[in-house]
Amino acid sequence: MVTETLLEEELHRLAGSVPDPELPVLTLDELGVLRGVDVLAPGKVTVRLTPTYTGCPAIEAMSADIERVLHDHGIPEVSVVKVLSPAWSTDDISAEGRRKLAEFGIAPPRPHDVTAPAGGPVPLTLSVRCPHCGSTDTELLSRFSSTACKALRRCVTCREPFDHFKEL
Amino acid sequence: MTATLALGDDALVLSHRLGEWAGHAPVLEEEVALANIALDLLGQARLLLSMAGDEDELAYLREERAFRNVQLVEQPNGDFAHTITRQLYFSAYQRPLYEQLASGGSAFAGLAAKAVKEVAYHQDHAEHWTLRLGDGTDESHDRMQRGVDALWRFTGELFEPVEGLEIDWRSLRSDWLESVSAVLDRATLTLPAGPQSGAWTAGAGRQGIHTEPFGRMIAEMQHLHRSHPGASW
Repeated sequence: MVTETLLEEELHRLAGSVPDPELPVLTLDELGVLRGVDVLAPGKVTVRLTPTYTGCPAIEAMSADIERVLHDHGIPEVSVVKVLSPAWSTDDISAEGRRKLAEFGIAPPRPHDVTAPAGGPVPLTLSVRCPHCGSTDTELLSRFSSTACKALRRCVTCREPFDHFKEL
Repeated sequence: MTATLALGDDALVLSHRLGEWAGHAPVLEEEVALANIALDLLGQARLLLSMAGDEDELAYLREERAFRNVQLVEQPNGDFAHTITRQLYFSAYQRPLYEQLASGGSAFAGLAAKAVKEVAYHQDHAEHWTLRLGDGTDESHDRMQRGVDALWRFTGELFEPVEGLEIDWRSLRSDWLESVSAVLDRATLTLPAGPQSGAWTAGAGRQGIHTEPFGRMIAEMQHLHRSHPGASW
């Protein structure tokens, strides 16, 4: 990988500070979807972005937001390209991002078990902690919730339903 | 092109069928789950059709005979058990198919590596419902068995080799049969004994020959775009 220049680093930081359109507590950098910024010529920049889920509609809002932020920073020509490989994983969410998710009321994804077979749902070795009361006694209501990336769970202790950012 | 359309049309058509459940699912959680699965498939379809040409033109302006999806995915939703059967049969096929594509060097490798993780959740969803309905009440068991029997004859086509896909079809078929048999067995359901395809169905969807309900499905799917060319949100 080519080392980023100072300008690229600065633009990377700017693009990375854009909030996620659906989970505004997280920045794109914390979500781990920003793959790089390339300055091709003065005033001409390409931003590489990877989608969380293949069909996630948020990527279009993310692209528009990145373009706006970089335009405001004096870059007239910004193109955001979608890269698929290597595939995004919930392991790409930063520690700070996980903390913010929990604070926001969404149970963060658990780290992948390195011994689990690749590509499958993660075996439930660690329990999902309720983001409201902290209890580990929670149950799955549905594998799919308000967005493709979340599952719906309920806390057995405090009885509150909550979203869980499921492992991918 | 053949392979891209085959994969893309499977995803597009199944996505549309699942979308038809919106407003009709038996419980709210399933309403959301089926729509989310549909969205994953639509994402795959958009990437794949864009590889083959203009995604909107391909989705909305092709005639029935130009679609290359298998007949399984175009089958009407039926009752919830029927839809779950279709999901079970298809996800048990798509997951090992994408696993093989992900480990190969073709143009589909990147997409497949990404989508296979999503499809694992689709399969998990279908398997849990198969167990719950099959091993549930007499009524849910009967309905699930009816779905399993009714869609069986569309499963043979899944393993007809597609030009341009580097797939070990024999192992794909055995992976599929192994996982489907295991789930049906645990769900106290009977693996159908009949043929997996009739003379008139084998490979037909991949050649553009579709079953009668497909025409009505794409008429609805394409109606808006054809009535208002170039319309956008």
